[in-house]
Amino acid sequence: MGLRTALFEKHVEAGARIVDFGGWDMPIQYDSLINEHHAVRQHAGVFDVSHMTIVDVNGAEAEKWLRFLLANDVARLKETGHALYSGMLTEQAGVIDDLIVYRTAWGFRLVVNCATREKDLAWMNKQLTGFDAQLTERPELAILAVQGPAAINIVMDLLNRKGGLSAAAQVGSLKNFSGAELGSWFIARTGYTGENGVEIMLPNTEAPGIWDDLLAAGVKPIGLGARDTLRLEAGMNLYGHDMDESISPLSANMAWTIAWEPADRDFIGRSALQHQREAQQRGELPTLNGLVMEERGVLREGLRVQCTFADGTVSDGVITSGTFSPTLKHGIALARIPSNPKNAALTQCEVDIRGKLIPVRLVKPGFVRLGKKVFV
Amino acid sequence: MSDFPDDLKYSATHEWVRLEDDGTVTMGITDHAQELLGDIVFIDLPEEGKVVDARQEMSVVESVKAASDIYAPISGEIIAVNEDLADAPETVNGAPYTDGWICRILPSNPAELEELLDADTYAGMCE
Repeated sequence: MGLRTALFEKHVEAGARIVDFGGWDMPIQYDSLINEHHAVRQHAGVFDVSHMTIVDVNGAEAEKWLRFLLANDVARLKETGHALYSGMLTEQAGVIDDLIVYRTAWGFRLVVNCATREKDLAWMNKQLTGFDAQLTERPELAILAVQGPAAINIVMDLLNRKGGLSAAAQVGSLKNFSGAELGSWFIARTGYTGENGVEIMLPNTEAPGIWDDLLAAGVKPIGLGARDTLRLEAGMNLYGHDMDESISPLSANMAWTIAWEPADRDFIGRSALQHQREAQQRGELPTLNGLVMEERGVLREGLRVQCTFADGTVSDGVITSGTFSPTLKHGIALARIPSNPKNAALTQCEVDIRGKLIPVRLVKPGFVRLGKKVFV
Repeated sequence: MSDFPDDLKYSATHEWVRLEDDGTVTMGITDHAQELLGDIVFIDLPEEGKVVDARQEMSVVESVKAASDIYAPISGEIIAVNEDLADAPETVNGAPYTDGWICRILPSNPAELEELLDADTYAGMCE
């Protein structure tokens, strides 16, 4: 038996098939992955993501420490509740983990991946030396992601009915990528699906009741299977697949998460990252791209991508995440694509599926946003 | 619970086989197999006219989650393929033993049918 969230019994009750996920007994799907996927794109779904690790950071130097720890700059979070996405890098600028940071009234809240929990905490504790900052894990909190076009209204309605008129109004006025503390709850307009929605962190003891309320309000429970197809359609990275400690964030479509300015901010990995940036300018660093396969079939992690350049050179890339897109009804993937030292244009990409080379199109990562196709 | 019709024979690799009156066999994947795979989105159908050996890979079924090889349950020539599955692979989820059939084989060695499992044995294996 693995670790269980406060909602384990609720998953079983809802007919979930349970699998081991990073040591946790988690629902992979309830009835049909595709139905669950469509429910989030068309209405609303709820995910139990309580297996993820919440780490609160406080102390006089919490901000100073996070500005040293993370490649993105928490000083950019101007107001309480604001959130940003960042990589946590090694000295060699490999990605230890990707995470979300929220600025709170008392400090910062980090949400990190469950599979990397131990190494993340070990790394963070090691880097704390010399800083007046404290870390507190919050295993007593559950996390529910409620996502989909109807999600925010349903959550507001639920808060209203519980007598939290002002809380409902606060949720309604939240901007994307910001959150608010409402008593023992923290609600933020963040997610991993490319839809509108919220993530709710709340005491484990309150989670089963809210789960029941959400289901009664027509929200569908969503397993990890559809969580993966939704995040891949949204073009979002999955740690351990699209990046890890051996991969530069510049090769993982994470350049936008690196705060180079101010130039005097010294964060872990900065000097190695500078060298990687120079290598990238010389055409020596691969990039993470989106792939679209409109022929029948499914793109899968690990498949070879044969890339032909205008100068006649051919080199191989690899799919880091692939699936069948239930929304678009064809194969989509993220793939690490080599660059060309002579900056020659990429003229053709083909994926090797069981020995057959199938042409694919290279696009920016990101396939579906708010229910609609986003690439051309 | 998965369905294991008594009138079919089964392979350990989760194919089913039905002996037709004309001596040909119809085959597909079992209800248990489609349940494990989940939503089927693509079937790399075998080619009509191809001659296969028992236990040879002849097709691939892909669900959102995984790709799974389909093996020839018996040796013979593929004489018909369910082309409807190209546009509607999900039929295999809904009706694995009827509309979701994959192909018909003219057996070259009908005695191989005896080596396949009966419903009870296969059901026991799936527990």
